[in-house]
Amino acid sequence: MAAKDTDTFTGNKGLRIEEPLIFEQHAPGRSGVDLPEPPAVQDRLGGLERRDVIGLPDLSEPQVMRHYTRLSQKNFAIDAGFYPLGSCTMKHNPRLNEKVARLPGLADVHPLQPASTVQGALRLIDTLAHWIKTLTGMPAVAMSPAAGAHGELCGLMTARAALEARGDARKRVLVPDSAHGTNPATAAICGYSVEAIPLNDRGRVDLAALRAALDEDVAAFMLTNPNTCGLFEDEILEQSQAVHDVGAFFYCDGANFNAIVGRVRPGDLGIDCMHLNLHKTFSTPHGGGGPGSGPVVLSEALASYAPLPWVVHGDDGYEVVEHEADASDAEPYGRMKAYHGQMGMFVRALAYMMSHGADGLKQVSSDAVLNANYLLARLSDELTLAYDGPCMHEVLFDDGFLKGTDVTTLDFAKAMIDEGFHPMTMYFPLVAHGALLMEPTETESRDNLEQYIDTVLDLARRAKAGDAQTFQDAPGYTPRRRLDETAAARCPILRWKPDSVSGEAAE
Amino acid sequence: MSDLKYSREHEWVRLDGDIATVGISQFAQEQLGDVVFVELPDLGKAVEQNGDAAVVESVKAASEVYAPVSGEVIEVNSKLEDDPELVNRAPTGDGWFIKIRLSDPSQLDGMMDEATYNEFVAS
Amino acid sequence: MRYLPLTDADRREMLATIGVPSVDSLFRDVPESVRLTDTVNLPDHQGELEVERAISAMAAENTPAGSVPFFLGAGAYRHHVPATVDYMIQRGEFLTSYTPYQPEVSQGTLQYLFEFQTQVALITGMEVANASMYDGATSCAEAALMARRVTKRSDVVLSGTLHPHYVATTETLLKYLEAEINVLPPDTAGDEDVASHIGDDTACVIVQYPDLFGRVRDLSPIADACHDAGALLVVAMTEVVALGALKPPGDMGADIVAAEGRSIGNPLNFGGPCVGLFATRDKYIRQMPGRLAGETVDVDGRRGWVLTLSTREQHIRREKATSNICTNSGLCALAFTIHMSLLGEDGFRKLAMLNHARTVQLYDRLEAAGLSVLNDSFFNEIAIDLGKPAGPVVDALAGDGILAGVPLSRLLPDVPLAENLLLVAVTETVTDDDIDRVVAALKEIV
Repeated sequence: MAAKDTDTFTGNKGLRIEEPLIFEQHAPGRSGVDLPEPPAVQDRLGGLERRDVIGLPDLSEPQVMRHYTRLSQKNFAIDAGFYPLGSCTMKHNPRLNEKVARLPGLADVHPLQPASTVQGALRLIDTLAHWIKTLTGMPAVAMSPAAGAHGELCGLMTARAALEARGDARKRVLVPDSAHGTNPATAAICGYSVEAIPLNDRGRVDLAALRAALDEDVAAFMLTNPNTCGLFEDEILEQSQAVHDVGAFFYCDGANFNAIVGRVRPGDLGIDCMHLNLHKTFSTPHGGGGPGSGPVVLSEALASYAPLPWVVHGDDGYEVVEHEADASDAEPYGRMKAYHGQMGMFVRALAYMMSHGADGLKQVSSDAVLNANYLLARLSDELTLAYDGPCMHEVLFDDGFLKGTDVTTLDFAKAMIDEGFHPMTMYFPLVAHGALLMEPTETESRDNLEQYIDTVLDLARRAKAGDAQTFQDAPGYTPRRRLDETAAARCPILRWKPDSVSGEAAE
Repeated sequence: MSDLKYSREHEWVRLDGDIATVGISQFAQEQLGDVVFVELPDLGKAVEQNGDAAVVESVKAASEVYAPVSGEVIEVNSKLEDDPELVNRAPTGDGWFIKIRLSDPSQLDGMMDEATYNEFVAS
Repeated sequence: MRYLPLTDADRREMLATIGVPSVDSLFRDVPESVRLTDTVNLPDHQGELEVERAISAMAAENTPAGSVPFFLGAGAYRHHVPATVDYMIQRGEFLTSYTPYQPEVSQGTLQYLFEFQTQVALITGMEVANASMYDGATSCAEAALMARRVTKRSDVVLSGTLHPHYVATTETLLKYLEAEINVLPPDTAGDEDVASHIGDDTACVIVQYPDLFGRVRDLSPIADACHDAGALLVVAMTEVVALGALKPPGDMGADIVAAEGRSIGNPLNFGGPCVGLFATRDKYIRQMPGRLAGETVDVDGRRGWVLTLSTREQHIRREKATSNICTNSGLCALAFTIHMSLLGEDGFRKLAMLNHARTVQLYDRLEAAGLSVLNDSFFNEIAIDLGKPAGPVVDALAGDGILAGVPLSRLLPDVPLAENLLLVAVTETVTDDDIDRVVAALKEIV
């Protein structure tokens, strides 16, 4: 049980410091910037100058520095500890990547500068595209999508554009039961209805059910491989054959490419399009929820429908194709976002790829899969494995081992927090009851794995021994204990207001 | 014995003349957990049996509430907008969702009585 | 390899525990015919020094904005970012954390998102804002989807004042839905009557403020026309610094503000990453896309924050989600929040007026030099009519070491009226000397 606020005068607990909102630290007359006085001119604001008080708080630089430093100390992070969050790939983020992304020649360039002044930036995009195409064995890549789900949308739109070009848009998209929630959401935006395909008892897509569902109304089959149960779809070649037999496209969610990079090329699996999460496989930082980057590799059948823009080799060096009129034979279906893509993420991903190289990337997937299988081997006696291994980069357990303990998956995860770990992914995928999905990644040391394993085993034994209360009270050693999500959703408070009742003034 | 009829999707219906009051079952609210929001249809909307009628949201889930019978929505329980917890407190009473003017009373024939529904849930 | 902690001894022992002879055997579910036997045809691993040298060489082939007189805008504006901002966003606790799904160990991220949402709502004059979107263009497209949900109508009117990338992104997102998208021709003359295009099926009108050509106009009449017709007004913004000087869209009747927020806290980055702002009215929060941080209490009654209303999102609602978006632009939103906190009320206003005043100075100098400017009003960007195609002029000046602006033909290649127009943006980073040089160069070349 955590100590209450009243234990200290301030409510602070040593290094654990209470921190009010920035708005509660305002005092007029301060500023965190020193700007010159604007020259006196006759304004040209068309009679629309702002007259109200905006309400932004005034603080000095040291106050702002301390405020956000204190906030940072309330977060768990890869830098600080083991983060086995399944399907999210929380691996080490090298700082070399941060350094090169900040070179003025890359960070301080405008997307619409004349091509002659950004040849290096275009060469970088082209080089990254080459690495991506080589690693995936695919002939083309659309670089602009801003994240995984955005890439997914790009991939499926490309497929739809290709189908429409042959006068056959079709109506349905097939998605396995274990899919990410983004897959059905994406299909809906592309104007397709979604049909779920069940899994077999080995945690893979039921091939017979897939074949039965496939007909000439199916636009695409969206598969995650390795799938969200952490398993390689061993009948993938039969799946792609069946999909292509009815003239549909095979979309692969590449969120888990980190398990096979350097060892298997999606192009060899019959895949037509696949997005990559540069922030997962290629270690661009997650940043507390973005920005990400989701380039989409495309087969020959889809390449010419890719969205604008793209980089080409022209007579005078690299050029950007930004308009359909300049696209020669291609038929781009549209544009995903402004400008050319997530350049900041491209630089980081390329630095990561070059650091590892072809040999290192193969070792990355090898170690990621080895670590996950080590967890599987060491934990299976005490926990209940959802599907038999070997697994790929992550291992899925269900809550069978907690049956009759009064400890839920959520309680178990919260107890991991008190032990100094970030919890595993809970309740996903939905196909495993009370799922606990663990992804160690390749950047954890043996010592960390052993400590984690011993902790999970100890907690599992404590749960089975009847110590439910400890779990239900967890976490106790965090800046806040369990939060009331029901109250938050029933009566949403989504911003600070000056008269906010709960806003305690910072004295 | 309750006068409620139940659907396999865990909605209940109480009939009064040709007006059917619709809500979700005790079992359904337990499964959902704390209800945080209810989205109700517009008055006058024509609903089809087994078609979407409303949405009920808890913190972790959002579920469609299907119309167990076809007809026109003539009243919605606007109390749920400010107090969605009513669905948890009184699912078959003050936590009702909508009233439908039935277009085909025979649709009720296919629904379960409470005893049958309880067996259905238990299985 | 420096990022991989396992030793060969570890690997051997772990394989023995697993009970397999080699790592290859863990990949036995991969059909044998597609297992690569060799490494892919790419260079092998390299040290930090070599990688840094290779990427620095690419960087060196570019002309950084800070190295020359620089006047590009057109949706991406170069501003000074205080050193504190970039230091702070590199703290590992922010940089290397995931989406705050475990609130007890994510209060830092959740609290700054709550602060971000508040700042965005305040500057836009709206009631509520989300935790950010990919960029301004995707925010704009999502606003169109949201307006369709709110009004239960299908169609969208896109003003000819809207950035062409925002138009294209919105058209693309709605491409396969049942929607008529009415894209009005580029409004070079500034006399567009957008209200006359509102019909019974119009879900929303999207206008830009300040517009593509830099002009500002009172949006209240358009808002009234929208509301009279049962449609929403979406205001897109590419330069949020303008909100320190200009009446906010919320005060003119906007229902949704979809903006690019990169100007605050974030470098140009060759166009990405960005941070999309999305603000609306309280009554629409459940129709809003994207993540939201909300205030609540923990079991001890202490104030804290959680992600809330997540049932709208794809991981729960799947095909019925409000959007397929799964990511926000967390770290860019943090940079925005910290920069905005440093600026404060006075700093934000002063920064805006500094931008505006320097643009007025350029405007006056251009007029004096006999160059024709399209704008009667503006914030920090103007469109100059060069009387000859702007593209070659920009290329020629780039050769002389001046990045003079964006030729509108880069965005509107098929529009004859745009061919001679040069978009020029002036921020606080532009010096007197820069202005002297660009005016002299333009005068000479035109």
